[in-house]
Amino acid sequence: MKKVITGNKATAYGVKVCRPKVIAAYPITPQTTIVEYIADFIADGSLESKFVKVESEHSAMAACIAAQNTGVRTFTATSAHGLALMHEMLHWAAAARTPVVMVNANRAMGPPWSIWADHLDSISQRDTGWIQTYCENSQEILDTIIMSYKIAENRKVMLPALLNEDAFYLTHTAEAVDIPDQELVDEFLPDFEPRYKIDTEEPFGFGSLVMPDNYYEFRYNIARAMEASKELTREAVQEFAELFGRDYHGLIEEYRTDDAEFILMGMGTLVSTARDAIDELRDEGHKVGLVKVRSFRPFPLEEMRDLASRIKSIAIMERVYAFGNRGPLFNEVCGAVYNSGHRPFLKNYIIGIGGRDVRVQDVKNVYLDLLKETEGADDGIPEEELNWYGLVGPGGD
Amino acid sequence: MTQSYDEITLTPITNRDSTVNKTGGWRTLRPVIDVEKCIKCWNCWKFCPDMSIIINRGKELPEVDYDYCKGCGICVHECPVDAIVMEKEV
Amino acid sequence: MIQIRFHGRGGQGAQIASRLLADAAFLEGKDVQSYPFFGVERRGAPVTAFTKIDSRPIRDKSMIYEPDFVVVMDPSLITAIDVTAGLKPEGMILVNADTLPEEIMQVLGDAKVVLVDASAIATAHGLGSKENPIVNTAILGAFARLSKVVGLDAVKQAIDQNVPRKVDKNKDAAIEAWTLVEEKEGSE
Repeated sequence: MKKVITGNKATAYGVKVCRPKVIAAYPITPQTTIVEYIADFIADGSLESKFVKVESEHSAMAACIAAQNTGVRTFTATSAHGLALMHEMLHWAAAARTPVVMVNANRAMGPPWSIWADHLDSISQRDTGWIQTYCENSQEILDTIIMSYKIAENRKVMLPALLNEDAFYLTHTAEAVDIPDQELVDEFLPDFEPRYKIDTEEPFGFGSLVMPDNYYEFRYNIARAMEASKELTREAVQEFAELFGRDYHGLIEEYRTDDAEFILMGMGTLVSTARDAIDELRDEGHKVGLVKVRSFRPFPLEEMRDLASRIKSIAIMERVYAFGNRGPLFNEVCGAVYNSGHRPFLKNYIIGIGGRDVRVQDVKNVYLDLLKETEGADDGIPEEELNWYGLVGPGGD
Repeated sequence: MTQSYDEITLTPITNRDSTVNKTGGWRTLRPVIDVEKCIKCWNCWKFCPDMSIIINRGKELPEVDYDYCKGCGICVHECPVDAIVMEKEV
Repeated sequence: MIQIRFHGRGGQGAQIASRLLADAAFLEGKDVQSYPFFGVERRGAPVTAFTKIDSRPIRDKSMIYEPDFVVVMDPSLITAIDVTAGLKPEGMILVNADTLPEEIMQVLGDAKVVLVDASAIATAHGLGSKENPIVNTAILGAFARLSKVVGLDAVKQAIDQNVPRKVDKNKDAAIEAWTLVEEKEGSE
C-alpha cells in the first residue's frame, strides 16, 4: 500500500513489519517522531512489543543489548549527540554479537548547536563494529530495515546494524512510500534464533573476561563476520528485489556508469539530488555517472577496485570532514584502490555540512570542476586534492 | 591456552559459574576460629565479602571455607570477642 | 515539476497545507514531496513549507528556490520577509487577505497576486479561533482552484484521510474557498 509519509513514519512502518519484541529509545530531534509513531503502534495493538522508556541513549542501547541476550529482536533510534552518548555501548553491542538494528537521523554535532543534516555523528562510530548503511529516500529506509535484520541476524554475521537517514531531508519530508505486506515480510525475514541466549534450561554467563591469549581471536571473528556480511548483503538485496520489486543493487549502486569516464560519488540524500544532475549532464553530452555508497561498513572494497579499473576520474562528495585528514569516504576510496594497480584521479569535495542545501547545480559544479582538474593535470594528480565546496571565505559569498 | 578462532564461542560466554575459580590460593594468611571463645553473633558471616564463612548447621558454629577465603582479615576485625586470629599459611 | 512555497506563521497550518496539497496530488497519480523548512520556530514565528508535484519521480531533495506559486497565509509576512524571492516570471502569489493596502501591493511587485479571505472562511466554519483561525484547508481550496494543480475531489479526499478533527467543516471551508475563486474568475 502506497502512502505519502515522512521518513520517520516510514521508519516506524519498517520496524512494525519486522516485529521486534523490545524497543528502547530516548527522544532527540529529529529522531523523536520515529519512536512516537512506534509507541502509537504499540498502544493501538498493531505491534506487540515492549517499549522501554529509558533515561538516556546509553541506557537505550544497554537495554537493547540485554534484551537481545534473551534471544529477542530489538530496535532503537537516535541522532547526533544521542548516538555519541551511546558510544561505549555500541562497542559492546558489536562485540557481544547482539544484532540490534538502529536508525540514526544524521544530524550535525554541536557546538554550535545544529539540528540539520551532517554525517559526522555516524562516521564517528566507524570502528565500533556496526554495519553502516546510508539511505537516499524514505522507501529505502523502510526496505533497508527489513534487509538489515536479515543480514545482521544471520549466524555468520551476528553484528548490529546502523541505518542512516539525513535529518529533515528524510526524517520530516513526506514522500510516497510503499508499505509492504506483512505476509511478504514474514516470508523474507525469518525469526531471530541466536545460538546463545539467557535461558534457565541452559545457563551461561555473558560478557565474561578473556585473557590476552584469546581476546585477539574474538576480534578476528568480528572482522570475519563483517566480511561475511558483504556477500549476504548482495544476496539479501537480490532476494528483496525478487520478492518486493525494488532493487538496491548491493553495497554500492551505479547509476548511468556505462561508458562513463567520470564518476560522482556520495552517500545519503545528496545522491538522490545528484541523479537529476547526472541526467542533465548526460543530456549535455558528458560521459559521467553516479556511484551511491550504500554500505560504509563493511566498505565495498571489491566494488571500488572494479570501479577504479574502468574509470578515469572520481569526485567524492561528503557531508562530513574527518578533522586532520580529508573526508572519510575519500580516505576509504584511496585506501581501497591503492593496491589495485589502478590509479583513477580522485578529488574530495566537502559539501552540505550542517544541512547546507545541496542543489542540482551544486552537483553539476562539482562535476565541471572535476572535469577541468582532470584535463588540466598532466601527471594524473589533482592540483587541489580537497575542495571545500561553497565555503564562504574572506570577502563573503 | 589459546583456542583457535574456529573453536571459541561467538561471544565471550561461560557455562561455568565462578565456583570453579578457587580464590583460596590468593591467601597468605588464614583466619582460624577459636570455637571455645565464639559467642555465635555471626558478625564474621555477615561481614565476609566472599561468602567464605559457612554456618555449620549441625554444630551451630561458624567455619571458614578455605577454597574461597582470600585471607582479607575482615572477620578478625569484626569479631567482638577476638575469637578469630590470622595465622601464616606456611 | 510544479513547485509551491507556503509562508505562514507557526500554528496557522502551513506545513499541513503543504502536506494536504501533496496528498491531493498523489491521489491524482502524481509523485510528490512535502516538507517544512525547520528552523527553531515556535507559534507565531514565520514558517516556510514546500510542495513539489511532478508526473515523474521526484529525486531533487533540495529546497524550493524558484517557485511556480507562493501561498502567503498571513499578509503581515509580506513586509517581514521576501515572499516573492525567486518567483518565476509567470508565477502567482495567493494571499490570505480581503484587501491589501497599496504600499503592500507594491512590495509584491509585478507578480500576479490573488487575494482570498481564507481567515473569514475558516472563522465562519469554526476552524481555530477568531484571533487565530486555522486557514490551511480554506487556502488549499482556493489554491487548488486558482492553480488547477489538483481537483476539488482530491482536496476533499486528502482532508478526509489526514485531518483528525472537524473533517466536514474543513471540507466545507475548502469548497467555499474554491467556489469563491471560481466566482471571482467568472466576474473578471
